[in-house]
Amino acid sequence: MSDYQLNPKLYDADVQQEPIRAGFGRGLKAAGEADKNIVALCADLTESTQTHLFAEAFPDRFIQVGIAEQNLVAVASGLAAVGKIPFAAAYAAFSPGRNWEQIKTTIALNDQPVKIISSHAGVGVGPDGATHQMLEDIAMMRVMPNMIVIVPGDSIEAEKATMAIAKNGKPSYLRLARPKTPIFSTVDSPFKIGHAYKLLDGDDVTLCGTGATTYQLLVTAKILEQNGISAEVLHIPTIKPLDTVTILASARKTGRLVTAEEAQIAGGLGGAIAELMGDHMPTPILRIGINDRYGESGEPDELFDHFGLTAEHIAKKVEAFVQDKPQYHRVK
Amino acid sequence: MLNIAGSGHTAGSLGLADIVAALYFDVLKINPEKPDWADRDIFLLSNGHTVPVQYATMAEAGFFPVAELKTLRKLGSRLQGHPERTKLPGLENTSGPLGSGLSQASGMAYSFQYLDDAKHRFVYVIMGDGELDEGNNWEAAMFAGKYKLSQLIAVVDRNNIQIDGNTEDVMPLEDLRGKWESFGWHVIEIDGHNMESILDAFSMARAITNRPSVIIAHTIPGKGVDFMEYDYKWHGVAPNSQQAADALKKLHTLDGKINTGDNAR
Repeated sequence: MSDYQLNPKLYDADVQQEPIRAGFGRGLKAAGEADKNIVALCADLTESTQTHLFAEAFPDRFIQVGIAEQNLVAVASGLAAVGKIPFAAAYAAFSPGRNWEQIKTTIALNDQPVKIISSHAGVGVGPDGATHQMLEDIAMMRVMPNMIVIVPGDSIEAEKATMAIAKNGKPSYLRLARPKTPIFSTVDSPFKIGHAYKLLDGDDVTLCGTGATTYQLLVTAKILEQNGISAEVLHIPTIKPLDTVTILASARKTGRLVTAEEAQIAGGLGGAIAELMGDHMPTPILRIGINDRYGESGEPDELFDHFGLTAEHIAKKVEAFVQDKPQYHRVK
Repeated sequence: MLNIAGSGHTAGSLGLADIVAALYFDVLKINPEKPDWADRDIFLLSNGHTVPVQYATMAEAGFFPVAELKTLRKLGSRLQGHPERTKLPGLENTSGPLGSGLSQASGMAYSFQYLDDAKHRFVYVIMGDGELDEGNNWEAAMFAGKYKLSQLIAVVDRNNIQIDGNTEDVMPLEDLRGKWESFGWHVIEIDGHNMESILDAFSMARAITNRPSVIIAHTIPGKGVDFMEYDYKWHGVAPNSQQAADALKKLHTLDGKINTGDNAR
């Protein structure tokens, strides 16, 4: 049984919605109150990354670096080297999009506890189009030794994740999104770096989600249930280190895995789980996400529909997958 | 050391020897016995490929045994081909990919000036001149200028060479003084091989309290070895055994001609 405390209004039409980045803004301010070594840097996107809450509360510990993402993270590396805990905020398209090498050399290889905060990831940026829709970041950051990679599922979890990385002493990447998204967790739901959570129990297939896509999987499971398919839902907010124990246990039980994410499936959550299962038990996997193409302009809801990331689309794909693929059973 | 390593960057390392020696034996407030001393100055080598001269100087200064220099670039060595902070106590950063040392130094200097009330701590960073092709430097120059980071002292190793040739042919840097001045920096130009000028420049830079300082140090790549001097082809190669023996012979003819002061061995 899952003992995860889901939002009781999860399936209501008026489920509370909030941008995931809003939780980061609150978490950073709270972390700043708890630890005076926390500093925040921003590359001319203070309000849209929600860093303004910290900047207003602690103006002496806020550093505006201008539109200069390479400098943003390398200055943060220098601050960390002399004892600070820097949160360096920008849009994912530019950080780590533009400054990956600086992050690798001056933060990850250099092992400095800088927090890379990247908002507006995924196609949910909407009308701004493909240039601003970062889809490759999970893959880019996941392959970097020493780097923690976290994709919170809603604003409440983003707040907890922000406070957690403030204390973890490690280079960390936090992926945030722009649009309002439904809140599926509660303040009492657990969050620990490196942990995946079973949200719903099921027997026929495991649906693995990260970020806002997890909510879609919870709805997907309801649709599948009506069609006689019992789906287990795992929420995987930490992509690295991956909670291999929880994922493997679920795969042993259901024998089929589906991954869903608002990112390139190559190297993303889908890539990470395909690697894990390839190493341990070659389970049939269906990877849902963006498949080797760029995004485009449109409203977020239109784009989620266009790219097949809504519960209705996912449920159809999962039904076909369950019919096509036999469950994997270990050789006894 | 480079000969034993079989690869590495010879010309820039020799050209920076005087400045790095000045830093470790006079300018920097550091303690080789306690590399993490909380009140120390910080030195970053942004053009990490010249790290052989830093390793050699650190060994002479007592950070680690001189014999360990022979492990440069070898498997398992603390002396990586480009500096790695987590490998060797006393190294303050990891560098090699060019253009981000000034940013890191700016972050440190910002902390000392605005967050830590550590007016007594200075951050020194050496950059190559070819390195200034990288845009990241100019983001940092703008940042340090904006925040008037007076505890930040940069050195540009103006040796006029980079891998593909003369800096002014590959990508012209002049008017270099004007560039830095326009970003709000105090500029000092010196002969990077004149020890008195070097020490005076650092002293002057520490006395400037309303903006960051950059010392444009005119140096001779391959300094002290006539067949290497001024030749960009020595930027990225190590000498063979015969060349190394000849080079050391040339350098030894300088014995007695250099005032090595209190730290003479």
